[in-house]
Amino acid sequence: MNASNKKLVWIGGLVLLAVLCVLPFLVKNFRVFQFNMVMIYAIAILGLNILTGYNGQISLGHGAFYAIGAYGAAILMDGAGVPYWATLPFAAVLCFVFGFLMGFPALRLGGHYLALATFALALAVPQMLKYKKIEHWTGGVQGIVLSKPEPPFELSILGQPLSADRWLYFYTLFVLLIMFLIAWRLLRGRVGRALVAIRDHPIAASAMGINLPVFKSITFGVSAAFTGVAGGLSASVVAFVSPDSFTSFLSITLLVGVVVGGLASIPGAIAGAIFIQYVPNVADEISKSAPWAIYGTFLILLMYLMPSGAAGLVSKIWSRLRPASTSATSSPEGKLS
Amino acid sequence: MKRTFLATALAGLTLAAFSGTAIAQKKYDSGATDKEIKLGNVNPYSGPASAYGAIGKTMDAYFKMINASGGVNGRQIKFISLDDGYNPAKTVEQIRKLVEEEEVLATVGVLGTPPNSAIHKYMNQKRMPQLFVATGATKWGDPKNFPWTMGWQPNYQGESKIYAQHLLETKPNAKIGILYQNDDYGKDYLKGFLDGLGDKAKTMVVKQLTYEVTDPTIDSQMVELKASGADVFFNITTPKFAAQAIKKAAEIGWKPQHYLNNVSNSVGAVMMPAGPENGVGILSVFYLKDPTDAQWHNTPEYKEWLGFMQKHMPTGDLKDLNHVFGYTMAQGVVQVLKQAGNELTRANIMKQAANIDMNLPMLLPGVNVKTGPDDFYPIERGQLARWNGKTWVLEGKVFGR
Amino acid sequence: MEAFLHQIFAGIANGGIYASVGLALVMIHQATHHINFAQGEMATFSTFIAWALINAGWPYWGAFFLTVAISFALGLIIQRTVLKPVEKAPVLTNVIVFVGLLVIFNAVAGWIFDHTIKSFPSPFPKGTFFETKYFSAHDIGSIGVTLVVLVALYCFFKFTPLGLAMRAAAQNPESARLVGVRVSWMLGMGWGLAAAIGAVAGMMVAPIVFLDPNMMGGILLYGFAAALLGGIDNPWGAVIGGFIVGVLENLLGAYVIGTELKLTVALVLIVGTLIVRPDGLFGKAVVTRV
Repeated sequence: MNASNKKLVWIGGLVLLAVLCVLPFLVKNFRVFQFNMVMIYAIAILGLNILTGYNGQISLGHGAFYAIGAYGAAILMDGAGVPYWATLPFAAVLCFVFGFLMGFPALRLGGHYLALATFALALAVPQMLKYKKIEHWTGGVQGIVLSKPEPPFELSILGQPLSADRWLYFYTLFVLLIMFLIAWRLLRGRVGRALVAIRDHPIAASAMGINLPVFKSITFGVSAAFTGVAGGLSASVVAFVSPDSFTSFLSITLLVGVVVGGLASIPGAIAGAIFIQYVPNVADEISKSAPWAIYGTFLILLMYLMPSGAAGLVSKIWSRLRPASTSATSSPEGKLS
Repeated sequence: MKRTFLATALAGLTLAAFSGTAIAQKKYDSGATDKEIKLGNVNPYSGPASAYGAIGKTMDAYFKMINASGGVNGRQIKFISLDDGYNPAKTVEQIRKLVEEEEVLATVGVLGTPPNSAIHKYMNQKRMPQLFVATGATKWGDPKNFPWTMGWQPNYQGESKIYAQHLLETKPNAKIGILYQNDDYGKDYLKGFLDGLGDKAKTMVVKQLTYEVTDPTIDSQMVELKASGADVFFNITTPKFAAQAIKKAAEIGWKPQHYLNNVSNSVGAVMMPAGPENGVGILSVFYLKDPTDAQWHNTPEYKEWLGFMQKHMPTGDLKDLNHVFGYTMAQGVVQVLKQAGNELTRANIMKQAANIDMNLPMLLPGVNVKTGPDDFYPIERGQLARWNGKTWVLEGKVFGR
Repeated sequence: MEAFLHQIFAGIANGGIYASVGLALVMIHQATHHINFAQGEMATFSTFIAWALINAGWPYWGAFFLTVAISFALGLIIQRTVLKPVEKAPVLTNVIVFVGLLVIFNAVAGWIFDHTIKSFPSPFPKGTFFETKYFSAHDIGSIGVTLVVLVALYCFFKFTPLGLAMRAAAQNPESARLVGVRVSWMLGMGWGLAAAIGAVAGMMVAPIVFLDPNMMGGILLYGFAAALLGGIDNPWGAVIGGFIVGVLENLLGAYVIGTELKLTVALVLIVGTLIVRPDGLFGKAVVTRV
């Protein structure tokens, strides 16, 4: 990339940032709430993408890590009075441990078998959350009602006050940028290449000296940690956790978000998040009687039009427009290991 | 000094005289106009609880019928009902849309305890009526702490206490086996039952088992309950599993004294599929008339409901009690709106809702709808009935306040 | 002791359900090397079709076989139209298409047939001669039907040229094409057969669990577990796996951990078994060339 291109990227980035900062004051609080959910889903999808897109380990159970992160944060806030911003590191570590532990049996399982095992995890976690022996902390079937964090100062832009939702918007945006930065540094370097190598040619990768078991388990842990952070954020934004919020359908939805956004793509996570947040609402407006049929149709059509997800489509268009510059990016031909 | 006093007194008196007419003037909160009243609702039209979506559909059809004959006090009801798939996180989003974007006057009939728990604080903070929540959880009637939330149906704990009382009177030395759904609904019923038994609960209850709504069958639980030697069975299950339980009990030759919770006593949805002869002797509390019960078929109230279904919900299943539930609740809503007259503010909606005393056609005779400033439980009465293989025969007195 | 036996037999009866769903999954996998997540919803939809036919006055077995035929055609059509465009796409793209189908079938079933539970008749009503104390007539009958389907499937794949062609098309499409196998049509037939088996499974399950759009939701996990425990390429394994899953589920729920953590135990079991035998109990280890 030459100097003038770099300058363009920087200016573009700053403009985007400015727009993002003003955006919450242009719309109603309810829309800001929706934006927050999009950002949270983007982080969760990014986590799943690290595991499934870059490393080829399919997980149908990431809703479980989302739930663990959410409940971890909720219990700290409700039971121990921990301030909301301090709960995220805890959620991340907690989910890393669980993910790492899940990664060990996953070493022996591949493809469909791993899908089954993770799906069973997605189903088991809501039941575990209802278990009466830990009801004292988790609130059992009733869940935990939380208070939304109040903004620490008063501010008014364009006549709109800094409400709790808007404050959470900036908080979530900040966390999003950090998580994306971490992912970027991890995945663009040696670690990313190692992950892709394990996905595409595991035997060659280990022959090259990559320690497969350690790498794969750590990847599971990191992936779970990302999704756990998203869950922890959702505890503050939604201000309520209950086992019914984390059914197996959530896990399937996250996978949909990964594929629609584009496997092995960091910005794709945002496209995927926008899809899973808004398309059900759009489908509801189109058909009151069978909205999910519309959603399913959208899904299938999208897979026809962009089998490599939104990111794949963008890179296809980009390479058509600029045939001169070629970049050796790992192609998201998702092979399951 | 005297003059200013007189002047203000005169001014005050004239003002008072004029404000007498102000009562006839219109007062609106957002969501109400001269022509329209906007009501919001969230129901599970998809997902594991989609069977209850019939309630929202029935309410919608009823309001359309009211609109066709002129509306309420000349205003058309705009009923906006959104799907949450029984996912509380989605309920939060949909309710916020109704409150902040659609700016409805009030919400009615939001279904399910977890969905309502998720929005409980928000609705009271926003001073938005969370009226007639469609769940029997006991915590909704708390006007002191949550003045904007009101229940509707007889609460679960009250119902189980009726069973407990009946059991203590008829079989004080029984051995009890309980099957309950592992969620708020199941646990609420369980609590009421155990509380109703008091100290005897420890000695009487020999087996308590749970199941998940995602379980395929409950056959294993039924076998275990029979093996425990229980001769009384408290069945806290939703319709599909209730039918399975009744059928399985008959198959394995277990004939306990069977108490069935109100949620699953529909003739068409449970008793018939389970095999009508299998359920003989089952006891359950009723507050609504079951539409498949032939004893009501010649009454004018039933015929009116039937006419409504045939004209406005022709594809609705006439055996589904949810249609009666939605019909009755919609009638309650219309009554509250009528009472509010031209003062369509949220505060007045809650005031009128706390001031109901009426009978509704599809409620059992003797069961009324009554509220007061301290009483946020509209329907509290019920009556026991026993299944005889063909119909539910009411017996005993009408319980409740 | 009697209770223990009862639990085992109830588990075998349940296991029959899981076995038949597992069979359908194995079928699809043998033909296409994919796991069809929409299998459950397609089976439910087929059962609704049968219910509508019976309600319109058709005799049971007439409705049964017509539904099987319709389901076969539906499966074939879906493969030829909906799945063809993504035949060459990555696996996960196909998975998302399956998810789309799952959601569509579920929503359409609810829309056309509504959500109230319906009773579905059994061809083996109470009083049929092979009824015993521990098994109802339907339990035995449906296990019998599953076994008949299993044997038919096994013979089809092992002994008929068509079955051989289907296996070849799934394992090595390029080579199969070279020897003249019409790979695309083999895939379509595979889907048709799986849909037909799913319809049979649905019609055997519905009398026990009652028919509603979410009927197969809870069963699907156990069907998967059955198919994978037994080895995804082995129809016998799926059936045996189904019975194992059914019995263990009941025994664990009744005697070991209680009903409140049944799913957790199922998870641990599945993961444990697969760690010890990653290709399932009866599966063949797949050897790949480096």
